[in-house]
Amino acid sequence: MKIKSLVSIHQYSKDDILCILENAARFEASPNRNLMEGRVAATLFFEPSTRTRLSFETAVNRLGGRVIGFQDASTTSSSKGETLKDTILMVSNYADLIIMRHHLEGAARYASEVAGIPVINAGDGANQHPSQTLLDLYSIQKTQGRLDNLTITLVGDLRYGRTVHSLIAGMSHFKPSFHFVAPDEMRMPDEQKSFCDNLGIPYTEHTDFTEDIINRSDILYMTRVQRERFTDPEEYERVKNVYILRRSMIGQSKSNLRILHPLPRVNEIASDVDDSPKAYFIQQARNGLFARQAIICDVLGINHLI
Amino acid sequence: MSSTQKKREMQVAALENGTAIDHIPPRQLFKVAHLLELEKLDTNTITIGNNFPSRKMGRKGVIKIADKFFEENEINRIALIAPNVVLNEIRDYEVTRKQPVSLPGELIGIVKCNNPKCITNNEPMPTRFTVINKESGAIKCHYCERKINKEEIIVK
Repeated sequence: MKIKSLVSIHQYSKDDILCILENAARFEASPNRNLMEGRVAATLFFEPSTRTRLSFETAVNRLGGRVIGFQDASTTSSSKGETLKDTILMVSNYADLIIMRHHLEGAARYASEVAGIPVINAGDGANQHPSQTLLDLYSIQKTQGRLDNLTITLVGDLRYGRTVHSLIAGMSHFKPSFHFVAPDEMRMPDEQKSFCDNLGIPYTEHTDFTEDIINRSDILYMTRVQRERFTDPEEYERVKNVYILRRSMIGQSKSNLRILHPLPRVNEIASDVDDSPKAYFIQQARNGLFARQAIICDVLGINHLI
Repeated sequence: MSSTQKKREMQVAALENGTAIDHIPPRQLFKVAHLLELEKLDTNTITIGNNFPSRKMGRKGVIKIADKFFEENEINRIALIAPNVVLNEIRDYEVTRKQPVSLPGELIGIVKCNNPKCITNNEPMPTRFTVINKESGAIKCHYCERKINKEEIIVK
């Protein structure tokens, strides 16, 4: 039997996505289930990511499984020069499932090819982070009651932000319209734009973050503009304050508008937005737990959830 | 020059059985030899010639390998650097098959990924690329998903 892994959002069809979201809703209704009883999941975080690791480990625990792993590669043999392959093969001897985060791009795919047990990619460098995409989709579906025909505005670092690239891929099955709001140096790359062009997905690019764009949106997806991406510090200072969402900007927005953010945020969403019923980023992170429970069951072949 | 002498001289270049690869761009000749792993052939007679006058391309390189017939996947590796090469299969001094090379759908262990953060540049493992556009020659890393245009391709 072929071992199922989740490496990239591109491997999931529309039906696969809908199936995961359906199961995520079942887990939200009833999160504690002993579906992983007697099984061991290894969380291999070659690069630290507390939020993602806690979410996955909570998912395993709520499924009745047990967790082994590490959260910092400096304490493992990879710091002594062990190959990724050897580490993965060693862990495959012990665990039933690998959940891994790695700073190198393609690491999860390679691990899935050598492992012999399912591998879930919890982020490989700037490449993929499919569980984030699925929890984003779940959050969108939950707040909008549907995924089809939504207007989604992506704001911030659209050039390096892998979450926005994957979100475009994940949403591409559901006839979305996009607004891309970014400074010139962080514009959406041509690869993503031609992906949209080929599928006939409409998008508009903006450098100004205006209320007019917000008022047309169903989903406002904010991302962090990272200081280290800029060569000119003055440019960063100028740009970081342009893409801040304030409470005053959402006064005329649609009633169904929800504000998402993959977190952590720095200053791109002002704290006066937090109390708005349209702010959804904290609940969004909570949805990650249910999406990850659904993903774990999917790769382990645990079906027939009620 | 006697006619026997002439014949003998010709036979140095003429192949009884084997493969003649013609129309190799002169600058790519040794890269082609490397990609075909000719250095691993211990017993075959190999003739490598370069900068022959060519009506089609000005100058060209030619490689002749006696008693060796290449599999399609072996020969298609060179399509990346020498796309107009023609492969002549020779049996009993006759060209029995003329075959232009074509880019395969997948390139394994041939191209280096341009992304320094790609796992293939940090782990002892073969690279793997999917050819996403046969006409433009654009390829995509199977691991880090980086797209590489033809002019940026680095052959290992």
